Amino acid sequence: MSTTQTKIPAGTWNLDPVHSNLGFEVGYLAGTFRGQFGDVLVKLDTTDTGARIEGTVQVASVDVKDENLTAHLQSPDFFDAERYPELRFLAEGVELDNETVEAPGEITIKGVTKPVEVTGTLSEPIEDAWGNERLGLQLTATVDRTEFGVNWNTPLPTGDQALSNTVTILAELQLVKAA
Amino acid sequence: MTKVLAISGSLRDSSYNTMLLRNAIELFGADVVVEELDGLKVVPPYDEDDDGDGAPEAVRSLRAAFAGADAVLISTPEYNSSVPGHLKNALDWVSRPLAANPLRNKPAVVVGASTGAFGAVWAQAELRKVLASIGARVVDAEVAVGHAPTRFDEDGTLIDEDLREQLGEVVDALAAAITERAELARTAA
Repeated sequence: MSTTQTKIPAGTWNLDPVHSNLGFEVGYLAGTFRGQFGDVLVKLDTTDTGARIEGTVQVASVDVKDENLTAHLQSPDFFDAERYPELRFLAEGVELDNETVEAPGEITIKGVTKPVEVTGTLSEPIEDAWGNERLGLQLTATVDRTEFGVNWNTPLPTGDQALSNTVTILAELQLVKAA
Repeated sequence: MTKVLAISGSLRDSSYNTMLLRNAIELFGADVVVEELDGLKVVPPYDEDDDGDGAPEAVRSLRAAFAGADAVLISTPEYNSSVPGHLKNALDWVSRPLAANPLRNKPAVVVGASTGAFGAVWAQAELRKVLASIGARVVDAEVAVGHAPTRFDEDGTLIDEDLREQLGEVVDALAAAITERAELARTAA
């Protein structure tokens, strides 16, 4: 099967934070729990031969539906925001083939850096209503939170644990080309 | 000057946990001021209706003691396999509101004594879980003084050398956690 290189103009693409979302999903009790982060920076650098994605997330901006849970997520039991205020992601050799994205990189959570496979899709750039070039990037990664020291759990009556170790990270990003 | 709030979870005068706490207090360096919490007995049962600006005086004093400390050291007995109710109740008051409570990110360490064989290990484990849930930076260290009546002399000195060594390690670990947090704050400033 042949692939065609997506026509992404070379340059720097910065996040439109208002129209982007960085969230996570994790199995908890009988379903899937979701949360997101509000303070996120992402930069995509593209050249004729490849691309680089760099992102930082402020742990203090974690957003869930209960203020007590927000506080717990920032505590040493979970992300330990005081000691590790940022989550980071860096992928140097990003492949933008056709509409798909392969962005193997390194993710840093709670001060621990591990390799991570990130995949996703890319929408072709459009010109938005204000004359900016804009593209959409959807990325997904799966991590084992215990590899990063995020170990909190609580047992169920069955002896199973309430919170899954597997966490899916979901990024729905809109990026605007720098002038 | 570094301040540590020391709490005995046992109220009776000749408590082995108070003895253990005071043995630990003596092991801190000269640069640490340790305040023993007074007034645990007069903290009323937690009632959200009583909280807020009109919180009882005993609760305001309790919260001020936690707020003024750089770290917390607790020696807990074990009542029916768990934390004594009055100690848990006091921590419940301190924990509200959770996002701004004075234990948040504060180093805390737990030790314990019991007249039985196990040295309050279950109460200690429960208490560590409670402290972590409140947001404290729980130090991963333990001293379990079982058969407590045989471990102290008549002056209340811990006479078991192994336990004294463990207690020293716990105190050192708490002091290290305090120093690390202070350095973090300096770096961030």
